[in-house]
Amino acid sequence: MAKWQCTVCGFIYDEEKGLPDEGIPAGTRWEDVPEDWKCPECGASKADFEMVLVTA
Amino acid sequence: MSGVRRIQGGFRNGPGDRLRTGRDTVPPLVIVGTGMAGYTLAREWRRLDDRTSLLMVTADNGDAYAKPMLSNALAQGRTPEALVTADAVRMAETLNATIRTHTEVEAIDVPGRRLILAGGEAVGYRQLVLAVGASPFRPPLEGDAVTEVLSVNSLEDYARFRERLTQVRQLVILGPGLIGSEFANDLVAAGWRVTVVGPDPWPVSTLLPEAVGRTLQQGLTAAGVEWRLGRLASSVQRAGEGFRVQLDDGEQLEADLVLSAVGLRPNVALAEAAGLKVARGIVVDRYLRTSAEDIYALGDCAEVEGLNLPFVMPLMQGARALAPTLAGTPTPVVYPPMPVVIKTPACPVAVAPPPRGAKGTWQVEAIEGGVRARFLAGDGRLLGFALAGAAVAEKQGLMRDLPPVLA
Repeated sequence: MAKWQCTVCGFIYDEEKGLPDEGIPAGTRWEDVPEDWKCPECGASKADFEMVLVTA
Repeated sequence: MSGVRRIQGGFRNGPGDRLRTGRDTVPPLVIVGTGMAGYTLAREWRRLDDRTSLLMVTADNGDAYAKPMLSNALAQGRTPEALVTADAVRMAETLNATIRTHTEVEAIDVPGRRLILAGGEAVGYRQLVLAVGASPFRPPLEGDAVTEVLSVNSLEDYARFRERLTQVRQLVILGPGLIGSEFANDLVAAGWRVTVVGPDPWPVSTLLPEAVGRTLQQGLTAAGVEWRLGRLASSVQRAGEGFRVQLDDGEQLEADLVLSAVGLRPNVALAEAAGLKVARGIVVDRYLRTSAEDIYALGDCAEVEGLNLPFVMPLMQGARALAPTLAGTPTPVVYPPMPVVIKTPACPVAVAPPPRGAKGTWQVEAIEGGVRARFLAGDGRLLGFALAGAAVAEKQGLMRDLPPVLA
């Protein structure tokens, strides 16, 4: 399970934890996060701002 | 689609307009500023219009970078260079744009629909967007070292700051606000000594109720930050290799480096000189239109229906609405609930301030490892919240009950 960091604001998406509050279950891989997903902290979209791999 | 928009452009009969219909004869969309606002808008707009030419003008080198990360790059071991996601050359390719770097804008010729660049060159515009940001407010200080006080509001500032850091141990930060607190956390986490000074009774007092501010203060204190709150720095003098910061209660602090983070002021001078309506920021309506035809403002420089919100989320919302507006589909800006996250790992904070003038009271509850404060109206509706520590996990849930900032 990897962690991905938003290149705009630094928000970290942790695949292991997912974002259950936003309907993304724990264990959801980054590639399976919907394309219309937006960073919960800055609103950057998945397509515009690649998340960078922090730890694999 | 873009053909239709170009014909619309051709119908205008301002002096700057050209009546021929070839691609290069329609003046470009001009965006002043290549910060997050300018580049985000350019990206969103390019997606809708791949024909009209785009000119971007910037006073700096046009590097695209994530500004919110300036205040937490140190502890993450990132160099200023590593924060650059693309340089101006690559951005120009990606956006199919001309980007004029290190270029100051002298004036806007509103009736002539032209921008006057430093040196006198005039550039016509089809539409003009001011995404010129905000600048650090300089606190009134006496002393022979005032010009040595740094502020960090750009990647170039940040690179200078990081260079200076290699030779120092002890810093004084002026301003216990959001940016001052984030920098303080980042610096102590990376091994520097930091004292934060300011008149505020607790950190980030403009956004946080006392209980949450105090929790943040305790978290940062535990991480090593020292505070001189309720105090104002009155002068900064040279002292040996470093500086002496004089406080208004007589205390003197020694520092190798003084960082000022007392706040930002929207850059309104260019707009004001052109006769555009300004208040705190450049005054725009829900379509981000200024008081002058075909001139728009976006981001930290803009005041949207009275709201000047220098945060990333409002800027993204603004760019997403302005792109279709510029491309021919007028689209009003909508602000959903937009909690601000304060990047202080020693005590994370999320705050959605209640609307200005809202009537209600803060209800504060301590929880295991944190504090939750909810701002409730008389009828119990949630109008705002501030969460610290473990309570930050409740942000998403509470957001659902908040009214939009701008419906």
